[in-house]
Amino acid sequence: MSATTHAFAPRPGERAAQAARFARLRRGVQLRYVLLALPAVAFLAVFYGYPVAAMLLRAFNDPAWGTENFRPLTTLTRDIDVFGFSVPGNAYLRVFGITLQIAIVTTLATLLLAYPVAYVLAAIRPSRANLLMILVLIPFWTSILVRSYAWMVLLGREGTINRVLMGLGILDEPAKLLNTRLAVYVGMIHILLPFMILPLYAVMRGIDRNLLRAAENLGGRPWDVFRRVFLPLSLPGIGAGCLLVFILALGFYITPALLGGQRDVMISVLIAQQVTLIKWGFASALALVLLLVALVIYVVFSRILGVERLYGGTRA
Amino acid sequence: MVVGTRAAAAPTNATEGGSRTEPTGRLGAVGARVVFEDLEKRYGDVAAVDGVSLDVAAGEFLTMLGPSGSGKTTSLMMLAGFEIPTAGEIYVDDRPIAAVPPYRRNIGMVFQNYALFPHMTVGENIAFPLKLRKVKKADIQRRTREVLELVELPGYEARYPRQLSGGQQQRIALARALVFDPRVLLMDEPLGALDKQLRESLQLEIKRLHERLGVTIVYVTHDQQEALVMSDRIAVMNRGRVEQVGPPAELYDAPQTRFVASFIGESNFLDGRLAGIEGGVAQVEAPGVGVLRARLGEGLASGTDVAVTVRPEKIVFAEEGEGSDGLNHERNELDATVEDVVFVGEMHRYEVRLTGGQTLILKRQNRAGVRRYERGDSARVAWHVADTRLV
Repeated sequence: MSATTHAFAPRPGERAAQAARFARLRRGVQLRYVLLALPAVAFLAVFYGYPVAAMLLRAFNDPAWGTENFRPLTTLTRDIDVFGFSVPGNAYLRVFGITLQIAIVTTLATLLLAYPVAYVLAAIRPSRANLLMILVLIPFWTSILVRSYAWMVLLGREGTINRVLMGLGILDEPAKLLNTRLAVYVGMIHILLPFMILPLYAVMRGIDRNLLRAAENLGGRPWDVFRRVFLPLSLPGIGAGCLLVFILALGFYITPALLGGQRDVMISVLIAQQVTLIKWGFASALALVLLLVALVIYVVFSRILGVERLYGGTRA
Repeated sequence: MVVGTRAAAAPTNATEGGSRTEPTGRLGAVGARVVFEDLEKRYGDVAAVDGVSLDVAAGEFLTMLGPSGSGKTTSLMMLAGFEIPTAGEIYVDDRPIAAVPPYRRNIGMVFQNYALFPHMTVGENIAFPLKLRKVKKADIQRRTREVLELVELPGYEARYPRQLSGGQQQRIALARALVFDPRVLLMDEPLGALDKQLRESLQLEIKRLHERLGVTIVYVTHDQQEALVMSDRIAVMNRGRVEQVGPPAELYDAPQTRFVASFIGESNFLDGRLAGIEGGVAQVEAPGVGVLRARLGEGLASGTDVAVTVRPEKIVFAEEGEGSDGLNHERNELDATVEDVVFVGEMHRYEVRLTGGQTLILKRQNRAGVRRYERGDSARVAWHVADTRLV
């Protein structure tokens, strides 16, 4: 018995050689992973990393080296309205304020609309949920530009909604729907809704049905079960959805440009204006500030979410 | 009522249905009687539960045992209130509850995967049913402490479920199901996810808890060993129906159907025709084997096709032991050839072929002085008529 095992065991000198051979094998596996990721990383570096870096650099060197491009943002010229409070600021900060407000309102409205939908999708049979999910995704597959134009057709002075309302005798003359804040909200909520439904649905699907049954068995009425068990367990989905929608909303361009009015200029619209005026440096400065705002919000949010995951997670 | 202070009670005989609702002398005997009345649950054309009637006595430990799809879990879900029956009724202490929502039933339940709330500590999990019942904060703390002592995990209040082992989570789930003093406790394969040794020790622990608390337990499992060890009575389920109800020993020794005989323990079956009855002993003609004698089952007439069944451990090789011809009239004896021998630790498991081509399984203890037969050996097998049943 021991003689047979011995025949397979390497001699002392061979053992080191074998270890080296195994190490080479492991390095080979690691190299394969690096090679698999390389094409995408290279693509992003060339077509995303470099242009972004070059663009951001312009904030400091176009037309001349220095922080001159940030001066318009830090020069306080007049008071602006931030959620009803009068705060010293300027026209550009006001645009940032409008952008934040639109992003926050859009995020909350999207959450309120998406939560019940995701709840239903997670509660019904998966086969039926997949079918309904297609309905959620169809708008997702349609161009944002097309959908924004569609809203112009619906909301315009001679648009479908005005004509119907006048035809029914509810309105005597067409209401101003297009180029209002409301139009911006409607368009953005419509476009961003799937981004909220998907993460909510993913997290809710992962919630063990037996936890809800247990809560009910222990004496929880439907409202108790929702408030004390389902809602806390769905928090990671709420966090992920809100983060996604909020950051997307911050950078929205086409929809507010097409549906918004003079008072609904979002930061991306402002950036585009500066580019057409060939003020590259200032446009870059604005983009840099927008990027920093998004990053800060991302870090803060994921910290909160990180803590969330520490004491719960989505599964038992 | 305080769970921690109930006195231990002697195990009582629970075979005679609802007769234990009268005082038993047991301190704190709080279990409720549970009655299933012709319960039925259909999904479209498929009957998951197809007319189940059961009478679970107050304080009894009843196990619903069956393969997956036998309707045992669906029955339990209807008792818990998660499924609404299509017909029939469930009574808890003579109160119909089939239409009562789960949160008003006051029935404790332990789930297979424990279903502990991952976002709550052990203490919050156990306090959950008490909070919903508006119990005072000081009382919640005291009762949480007591019930944790009961399941032998004192001081675990501040931990999160994911910090506990499977066995510990199972105990916490049990504590949470008991803390609000339910009169009926449901357990849906609560030990299914645990390894064998832990499962066996928890089986005995749950059994002791049951004897101490007096709560009625309806237990669901597909593990026949578990059912035999723990239950006062077992209801064997098959295809949405109850095949047989009785104490473990009765089900093992006197199975009434072929399904019960094969699902609980191992059984040999020899098909034949009931030729006649002599002195209360059934004479069965088995093709190629001859006449076999068996204890008479109920309601069997001569000429019907029957199966003779005998447990593997009841069969012996005839040349050893008392095998004299004087005992022959009490035994069935047949010629056989050893087909296979498997060593399973505490015993050898033999497969022998009879002259009629049928095979029998028999088990012999692994100890000194017991001859080991080899493949191809001729042997004579024998077993007592008293160990022979008709199904």
